[in-house]
Amino acid sequence: MTIKDIFETMDYGPAPESGAEAMAWLDGKGRKFGCFIGGSHTKPGALFGTANPAAGDLLAEITQASAGQVDAAVSAARKALPGWQKLGGHGRARVLYALARALQKHSRLFAVIETLDNGKPIREARDIDVPLAARHFYYHAGMAQLMEAELPGREAIGVCGQVIPWNFPLLMLSWKIAPALAMGNTVVLKPAEYTPLTALLFAEICTEAGVPPGVVNIVTGDGAVGEMIVTHEGVDKVAFTGSTAVGRRIREATAGTGKALSLELGGKSPYIVFDDADLDSAVEGLVDAIWFNGGQVCCAGSRLLVQESVAERFHEKLKARMAKLRVGDPMDKCVDVGAIVHPVQLESITRMVEANRAGEVYRAETAMPATGSFYPPTLITGLDPADTLMQEEIFGPVLCGTTFRTPAEAVQIANNTRYGLAATLWSENINLALDIAPKLVAGVVWVNGTNMFDAAAGFGGVRESGFGREGGWEGLAAYTKPSGKAKPLARIDALGGNGATAEGLDRTAKLYVGGKQARPDGGYSRGVHGKSGALLGQVPVANRKDLRNAVEAAQSAAGWAKSTGHLRAQILYYIAENLEARSVEFAERIDAMTGKRGGQDEVAASVRRLFTYAAWADKFDGQAHGVPIRGVALAMREPVGVIGALCADEAPLLGLVSVMGAAMAMGNRAVLVASEPFPLAATDFYQVLDTSDVPAGVVNILTGAHAELAPVLASHLDVDAVWSFSSSDLSGIIERKSAGNLKRTWVNHGRARDWTGEDARAFLEAATEVKTVWIPYGE
Amino acid sequence: MTQTTSAMTTGAEQLPQVHEPRNEGVPLDLDVVLSARANTSAIERRCATLPGRRTVKKDYQAAWLARAISCIDLTTLAGDDTEARVRRLCAKARQPVRADLLEALGLEGLTVGAVCVYHDMIPAAVRALEGSGIPVAAVSTGFPAGLSPFHLRVAEIGESVKAGAREIDIVISRRHVLEGNWRALYDEMRAFREACGEAHVKAILATGELGTLRNVARASMVCMMAGADFIKTSTGKESVNATLPVSLVMIRAIREYQAMTGVKVGYKPAGGISKAKDALVYLALMKEELGDRWLRPDLFRFGASSLLGDIERQLEHHVSGAYSASWRHAMA
Repeated sequence: MTIKDIFETMDYGPAPESGAEAMAWLDGKGRKFGCFIGGSHTKPGALFGTANPAAGDLLAEITQASAGQVDAAVSAARKALPGWQKLGGHGRARVLYALARALQKHSRLFAVIETLDNGKPIREARDIDVPLAARHFYYHAGMAQLMEAELPGREAIGVCGQVIPWNFPLLMLSWKIAPALAMGNTVVLKPAEYTPLTALLFAEICTEAGVPPGVVNIVTGDGAVGEMIVTHEGVDKVAFTGSTAVGRRIREATAGTGKALSLELGGKSPYIVFDDADLDSAVEGLVDAIWFNGGQVCCAGSRLLVQESVAERFHEKLKARMAKLRVGDPMDKCVDVGAIVHPVQLESITRMVEANRAGEVYRAETAMPATGSFYPPTLITGLDPADTLMQEEIFGPVLCGTTFRTPAEAVQIANNTRYGLAATLWSENINLALDIAPKLVAGVVWVNGTNMFDAAAGFGGVRESGFGREGGWEGLAAYTKPSGKAKPLARIDALGGNGATAEGLDRTAKLYVGGKQARPDGGYSRGVHGKSGALLGQVPVANRKDLRNAVEAAQSAAGWAKSTGHLRAQILYYIAENLEARSVEFAERIDAMTGKRGGQDEVAASVRRLFTYAAWADKFDGQAHGVPIRGVALAMREPVGVIGALCADEAPLLGLVSVMGAAMAMGNRAVLVASEPFPLAATDFYQVLDTSDVPAGVVNILTGAHAELAPVLASHLDVDAVWSFSSSDLSGIIERKSAGNLKRTWVNHGRARDWTGEDARAFLEAATEVKTVWIPYGE
Repeated sequence: MTQTTSAMTTGAEQLPQVHEPRNEGVPLDLDVVLSARANTSAIERRCATLPGRRTVKKDYQAAWLARAISCIDLTTLAGDDTEARVRRLCAKARQPVRADLLEALGLEGLTVGAVCVYHDMIPAAVRALEGSGIPVAAVSTGFPAGLSPFHLRVAEIGESVKAGAREIDIVISRRHVLEGNWRALYDEMRAFREACGEAHVKAILATGELGTLRNVARASMVCMMAGADFIKTSTGKESVNATLPVSLVMIRAIREYQAMTGVKVGYKPAGGISKAKDALVYLALMKEELGDRWLRPDLFRFGASSLLGDIERQLEHHVSGAYSASWRHAMA
């Protein structure tokens, strides 16, 4: 075409990014890569190919790491650990700073290689992935610098095994490596088999930036290598980003090993458009929500919820916008939607959409490349929550839509999902927007915008989207642990009886469910005896149905989560007041059960503990993060929901009160399984609750065998978290069973806790989840 | 889409009435006006990322820059304008780029979209442009503040049309917007439109003085309802003139109006656009948000005086491969 022709057609024409430098780099490596272990590159071993999905051509051959190489990488990380920690916060900050600078210096090379390997448009790799990755290292250089001053009593977890996905290869690497290194951990990271190249380039710049050998190790390969890392004995912490199915398997595989775990998994994030939204901007937002990276984004706004009154107009506008999307060679600077990462993924998207019979499918007349792994931007409207495509993650450029009538219905539909990663809402009404944001079950909520990320703001999910946060102060919890080593916890057995009967008038202890005393479903009780063998009383033996009832009661007390901190504080103080009024009786009861003389102190400590949580109820604040937009990112602390806890055996009252106090203070409802050997303090305690204005269902108390109740609690799909301080060995089964709905677990792994010590923060953090609400503003 | 016969048949091509029915306007519909929304942060985000999403290279860039030239309202609005000064400007309008460069580009005969002057300079401009087909646009209605007596402002339009202006750039009363008096704004615009007769009317909103993007959206809609052929950002005399966010709001209003009435209204960003690269971004914005039809001088104009100089240097670079200097190109 001549210039004169173009003057008429006004086409964009080709705007290719050059791949020459990237190809030269690959050629320089002979297009064969080994692993990066202990600071050196291993010889290429058993090889598999990594291809450019846009063209199908092989880019390089990558080593499928052997078990021996994984061992070597873990040992290298272990060996490097003491030195890396001894380097101190400032020393590590210098290295992280150098990494950030190196990423910037080689930014275009990283971007081009990312695009070649992954298929995402060069604009995204260049303008989003690489700058955000560098930002993550800058931010965490700062965290390393501040660690000693700001995180006293915390230390690195140790060797971290990190497995990352193919959709943001470099960015996910930085989200994993930067905080780990900042806190003094060392890492063994496996990039996805489809997209290993930027991780291997990163290995090179580690050397350049002066990362000590062994601090960062990169091993490549498929899921089998991931499994080797995840299950490796020498790994202290596992961090995974990827599919919910694999996340669940990792939860099961690491159960009971004592490995720390953070999971960032799938999503089916709602994108809600209210009738008072700036519709044009909301349409444009969808481009970033579902066509960004071809929809291969865990937090993609893939469920479109539009208010009925504007739905028709909105869909018209959306379809017009879709006609402007350019699909094609990701190396073209003018392309909006690049290649799908791999033919396997393309096949999966195609299959899911083809299986759908519901709704109306719309595709603009977009020019599609003749070859390569591409899928056209697709809109399916008129779907209902019951349709498969409204529930299952497609992980492609396919937007599924439905409508709603009222804000309340929008929330209902939005939350009608197993996932809870992100949510977007559009409204020009600040009252509506700020009312809805907290009601959405999601780790991240974007108001009038979408897919905004920053190192200073936590990212992560709830429900089956995983747990743990990446970014912000809240993200550091995933890479630190309390300093010091806890003592082992010995099992405490109930004392046996001698046949003597209880003194005085019979008092029948019951279960406490939904604010009422309840007889056990099974109709069994067991005796509780004192040191002398005398019968002190009998407690019901709760079974799975009693537990189910308790969870239901807790679920129906959802109003507690919306109560004010001030109210919760008053109720906790009131419980303390009523407990103290009966302190002599409780002290005697504890002493009689345990055969020791610590009852008085334990009651006093329990009253103090209640005061502590009453104090915290209106003070455990969130944060307003300084993110690089005109606006704020609010880190709001929300209650986890329903917490099931197996209370400490050794401190029958204080253990229960500590768990209950923290849970209640933050707005959770609790199902508490009392100390198994010494349960009578708990059954006495519900009388205190009954006189303290605790709303029905907020606290439920069961007695019975921990080993029997733990798996039921851990597998219950309507329980949001399980804590175990039991002296029975239950950590493994709880973690394993929790994989069902990926509930949060906090278990003792057979380690003792000093219940007299105030460790409120640990409990408050476990009782809350940080939700990041992004609120750009400006008029 | 209406195809123009040739890029180089200048003259009539610039004028909307040749290609599209004029905007006759519709009754004021306050429901539509007041339902306009503009989320500033989202609009700024769209504008900030657009240059990274769309780019043109090599021949495409040259063609696009030539297209930008064809859409320029080459303007002089200074107190010291004289007939000779206007004649010089008109000569530049006829031959905006050095002849050898146009020949190398294969774009002989390229002219700007129009020449824009004050009322007193209309005769000089009309004389200087005779036979070129380039229309003369005049700023009017007490430009730039628009605060002279209403009957004089209306009369000024009539005088300018009589003097040969084929396009009238009117200024709205900003106070009607700031006071929320949409009826008054509508009636004023109606009166101006009527006074224009066959001449085309561009409504200057002076967006830098309207306070919010929502006001820009509402004022745009009211002026189109009242029959504006073009809506234009600024006089060039406000402290903030054309910006991408303001443009996005106005062109989305044009899109809305077209969806409602089927009528295409033109858009003219004015003031502050001085770089070739900016012009390309504006063209991309028009192409993305409104469509290719708005890449023609009958529906899109740049109000600019120094933009042309930068484009000329870029075109010479395209032809020669060497970066250019401003003194190698004729001044306006």
